[in-house]
Amino acid sequence: MVKCLELEGVTSVFGYPGVAICPFYNSILNSDIESVLVRTEQNAAHAASGVYRVSGKVGVCAVTSGPGATNLITGIATAFADSIPMICITGQVDSELLGSDVFQEADITGAVESFVKYSYLVRDVDDIPRIFKEAFHIATTGRKGPVLIDVPIDVQNATLSKFKYPEEVKLRTYKPTVKGNMAQIKKVVKELADAKRPLICAGGGVLLAGARKELFDFSHKFNIPVVSTMMGIGVMPTEDDMYYGMVGNNGKPYANKAMNDCDLLIMVGARVADRAISQPDLIINNKLLVHIDVDPAEIGKNVGPHIPLVGDCKSIFEDLLEQEVTGDFSEWKATLDEYAKAMEKKRTVSDEFVDPAAFIQMLSRKLPDDAVYVADVGQNQIWSCGYHIVKQGDFLTSGGMGTMGYSIPAAMGAKYSMPEREVVAVCGDGSFQMSMMELATMRQHGIKSKVIVLRNNFLGMVRQYQHFTYKDNYSVVDLTGSPDLSKIAAAYDMPYFLVKDGKDMEQQIDAFLKEDKACLMECLIDPMDLV
Amino acid sequence: MKKIYSISVENRSGVLCKVAGLFSRRCFNIDSLAVGETDHPDVSCMTIVSSGNQRTLEQIEKQLNKKLDIIKVRTFKEEQSISRELMLMKVKYNRTNRKDIMEICDILKAEIVDMSKSYMMIQICDTPERIKLLIQMMNSISVVECARTGTLALMKCSENE
Repeated sequence: MVKCLELEGVTSVFGYPGVAICPFYNSILNSDIESVLVRTEQNAAHAASGVYRVSGKVGVCAVTSGPGATNLITGIATAFADSIPMICITGQVDSELLGSDVFQEADITGAVESFVKYSYLVRDVDDIPRIFKEAFHIATTGRKGPVLIDVPIDVQNATLSKFKYPEEVKLRTYKPTVKGNMAQIKKVVKELADAKRPLICAGGGVLLAGARKELFDFSHKFNIPVVSTMMGIGVMPTEDDMYYGMVGNNGKPYANKAMNDCDLLIMVGARVADRAISQPDLIINNKLLVHIDVDPAEIGKNVGPHIPLVGDCKSIFEDLLEQEVTGDFSEWKATLDEYAKAMEKKRTVSDEFVDPAAFIQMLSRKLPDDAVYVADVGQNQIWSCGYHIVKQGDFLTSGGMGTMGYSIPAAMGAKYSMPEREVVAVCGDGSFQMSMMELATMRQHGIKSKVIVLRNNFLGMVRQYQHFTYKDNYSVVDLTGSPDLSKIAAAYDMPYFLVKDGKDMEQQIDAFLKEDKACLMECLIDPMDLV
Repeated sequence: MKKIYSISVENRSGVLCKVAGLFSRRCFNIDSLAVGETDHPDVSCMTIVSSGNQRTLEQIEKQLNKKLDIIKVRTFKEEQSISRELMLMKVKYNRTNRKDIMEICDILKAEIVDMSKSYMMIQICDTPERIKLLIQMMNSISVVECARTGTLALMKCSENE
C-alpha cells in the first residue's frame, strides 16, 4: 500500500492510527512519505481536501476501523459534495471475522456508499496494486470525488506474490467524457452571436478542471460578463472588470439581477443547487440556457437546458476560444456596471465592534496575491464570500455540505502542501471550537497556517435565522462558556492578536501577517450583526 | 409513465445494494426488480421497472450510468419489449369452487403445479398485465399467499442486433 502511494507521488498522509491500520503505519516508517497525526479523523479528510484544492495533488488520509472510519464520514461527505478527489484508506478487522460484529468493526464501505465516488473492500492482497491504481484514476478523472479503500488487517499483513504496479487502468464501466461535442459547441457560438445579454455563471467545476485561465481568456476575448456560485469564487479575480460577484440568496444583488436579465446564460461546472438558484424552473423563462458539465447527470437534474454540453470545461473553453463570436456586448456590460454601482449593499455597524466586512476587505488587500483564504461555515462564510478580494490566490470553503469546522484542518492541509504560500483560516467561534484541537497538529508538525476567529458568542447564522423566522425566539444558539482565546493561543504557544473595534484593526492585521509562525487572531463582532 | 431498465452489472457482492441504495436515496420508485446471472458468469442482469415523470426517468438512467459497477443501461418502454413475470400462488379450494379455479387457469394459461386436499398451487408465467388479471380473478377465492419474480424484459428482436 505504501509503495503504491509512493508510485502515485504521494508525499504525505493525514490520519489517526489504531490497531487495524497499524501494519500500514508500520510500513510507512520505511518510506519518505510523511504522516501527520490529526486530532480527530474528520479533520484528516478536510486536511486532504485542502491539499488537493491548493496543490492539485490528491490528498490521502488513513484511519483505523470502526469509530476511526465512521468519524471520517463527515469529511468524506464534505469532499463528495464539493467533488474533491481524495483517497481514504481505512483499516478493517480480520477478513475471517467480517460480519461478526467484533471489536471496532464497522461496515464502512456500506456506510459511505452515498458519499463516495467508489469504494473497495480488499479481500486479496494481490489486488492491492490494481485497486490503488484504479482508485487514484477514479478519484481524479471525470467528476472528481473521494474513493475509499477498506483493507482488513490480515490483508495488510499478507505478502504479495509479486508486486507490479499497473501502468494503466482497465475499467470497462468507466470512461468519462472529456471532449465536448463540436456540434454543440458550434450551437453555443451561434447563440452567442444572436445574444444581446450573455452571461457566464461559473461553479467550482471550473476550478476543479483547472480552467481558470481559459475562462478568463474567453470572457475577456469576447467581452462576456461572469458571475460565480459560492464554489466558483476565485474563478476570476474579484476586482476583474468582467466579474460581477457571487449569485444566490447570500450573493450580490447585482449578480442575481444579471442572472435574471441576461438572455443567454452559460452555466458551467455548476449544479444549479438551491443556494445559488432557488427556483431553477423560473430562470429559464426568459432566456436560453447552456449547461456545461463533466457529469452528464448534472445536466437536466435541477433545470432542463436548451443546449446541454458534456465534457471537461478546460477542454470546452479551449475549443470555444478557437471560435469567433461576433456579438457586441458592451451595452450590456455598461448596464451591469450601473447595477453594480447602484446595488452594493450598505451595512450599518456599531463602532464598538469590528465590522466583519471592513475587516475581511482590509485583510484581503494586505494578503499576498497568491494567498489561500479558507472560509468556514456560518455568518463568517457569507461575509468572506461577500467581501474577500481574490487576487491570484485560492478561496476554499465547504460550499456543498456546509460543514462547520472545515477551515482550520483544510488550511492546515493547504499550508502543509504549499508552505511558501500564506494560508489563513477564517472561522466563527462556533466553527473554531469544532476543530480547535488541530492547533496541536499544527504545533507538532510546524504547520504555519494562521487562524482568525470572528467572535460574536453566538451561532450567528442560526441566530439570524431565528431572528427572522422565530421573531428573536432564540433556541440553543448561545455560546456562553466558550474559552478565553488568548489562553488557548498561549496553551498552543501561538502569538495572539485581539481586534476589539475598527480603530486598531489595521495595526493588528499588519502585525498578524508579519508573523512567520502559526498565530491566532480574535475579532470581536457585534452579536446582533446580520449578513 | 413507466420505463423498463435492463442493466448489465458486474456480478460482485454489494452491487445490488448500491443500485437499490441509489433508488432510495434519490426517491426513485422501484415497481419491480429482478436480478440474475447472464450467459457470462461475471455479468448479472437487473431488470428494474420504474415510474415517474420524464425528468425523473432520465435522471434514473443518468445516475445508473454513473455507477462504476454498471456495465450498460438499456431502457425501453413496455411496448418495445417482451416482458414476462413468473408467479406462484397458493389458494384454498373447496368442492364448489374447484372447477371455477381450473377454468380460470385454463383461460389464462396458468398451471396447477401442486395440490393437497384443500390447497392448490398455481403457476403462471406471462406478462405483468395478465398476472394482474389472474390475481383479480382469484380475489373472490381464498388466496393464501403468492410470490412473484418481478418483470424480466428484453428488447424485441430485430435484424440489426
